[in-house]
Amino acid sequence: MIPIGTYILGIVGAVLTLGIVVEMLRKRRLRERHAVWWLIAGLLALVIGVFPQVLVWAAGVIGVEIPTNLVFFVSIFILFLVSIQHSSELTTLENRSRTLAEESALQDLRIRALEQRLAEVPRDGSSPDDAS
Amino acid sequence: MTTSLAGTLIVMPALNEEASVAAVVREVHAKLPGVAVLVVNDGSTDNTTVEARSAGAIVAELPYNLGVGGAMRAGFKYALAHGYRNVVQVDSDGQHDPSGVVRLVEELQTADLVLGARFAGEGDYEVRGPRKWAMVVLSGVLSRVARTRLTDTTSGFRATGPRAVRLFAEHYPAEYLGDTIESLVIAARSGCVIRQVPVAMRPRAGGTPSHNPLKAAKYLARAGLALVFALIRPPVALHNGDEVVTA
Repeated sequence: MIPIGTYILGIVGAVLTLGIVVEMLRKRRLRERHAVWWLIAGLLALVIGVFPQVLVWAAGVIGVEIPTNLVFFVSIFILFLVSIQHSSELTTLENRSRTLAEESALQDLRIRALEQRLAEVPRDGSSPDDAS
Repeated sequence: MTTSLAGTLIVMPALNEEASVAAVVREVHAKLPGVAVLVVNDGSTDNTTVEARSAGAIVAELPYNLGVGGAMRAGFKYALAHGYRNVVQVDSDGQHDPSGVVRLVEELQTADLVLGARFAGEGDYEVRGPRKWAMVVLSGVLSRVARTRLTDTTSGFRATGPRAVRLFAEHYPAEYLGDTIESLVIAARSGCVIRQVPVAMRPRAGGTPSHNPLKAAKYLARAGLALVFALIRPPVALHNGDEVVTA
């Protein structure tokens, strides 16, 4: 039997994690696609916090001698997945900002050309119809 | 000859080249009358834009540094938007002799991508040691991919025909060495015809490349990585006007 303090600490930690993720989702400071892994991790932590036997049972089924090692393994795995997802998103964003930078340079050129042509148009009050 | 140059856009990526860019643009205008020059200022912090404009070039300013690949893709997009058939990349540091452009563009009649390769001759600088081996390995593999003999794969002096311009306006890579190695692989695997033409090159203003073996090893590793990933990426379809040619 685990000490009551540790038991409560586990549950509080899991609830806190879930609370923060849900709150950020609610306030639209976190998009669903980024929150998925954190939600899964929080839920797992909550289940194991409330029913530690689940962890012991799962470790036994898989053949992990020390149940805590299973916790470490799953935690690292989830962090790893989140990292990969972030790298991938970063790549997408870099590609987009690159495209935007190129487009902005080209738009700037168009504006310059337009401004130059505008400056060449005589401002003698002729109506736009005459210009065409 | 002049007719083909009329549809040709010279693109010069420039990063902090205020000392040389104006002279290079003037030289291009003097040696290739009537050709359009687009200088792509790749986030310079100096007076590159002012200098290039004073010499009569069109200057596109990237808001921040993208590398040669990003600057070139902007150039290809510009060419596409303004109806230029060919794009010739020329370095803004004066390393490339503009009179070589005529030769490159002539070759475009039967090829999609023409590389100007430095050959043993006047003004040539010699590459020795590990860096040379790296370049030999690289050109060996790339020659097989491109189905033609290439000796100077990292040359930045290259001409691009209409089919490749359309391809590159979309798919020109921005990664390190992407503008040289990966762009070659992309073009070759899309079915572009690649050719190499010998041109005279002047020594770089920035001195000779280092012969540090560690740097050479790093270069080979990065080049090898770039090459491997370029080869295992899915090939890109080549759009030939309305019809689509897949390689």
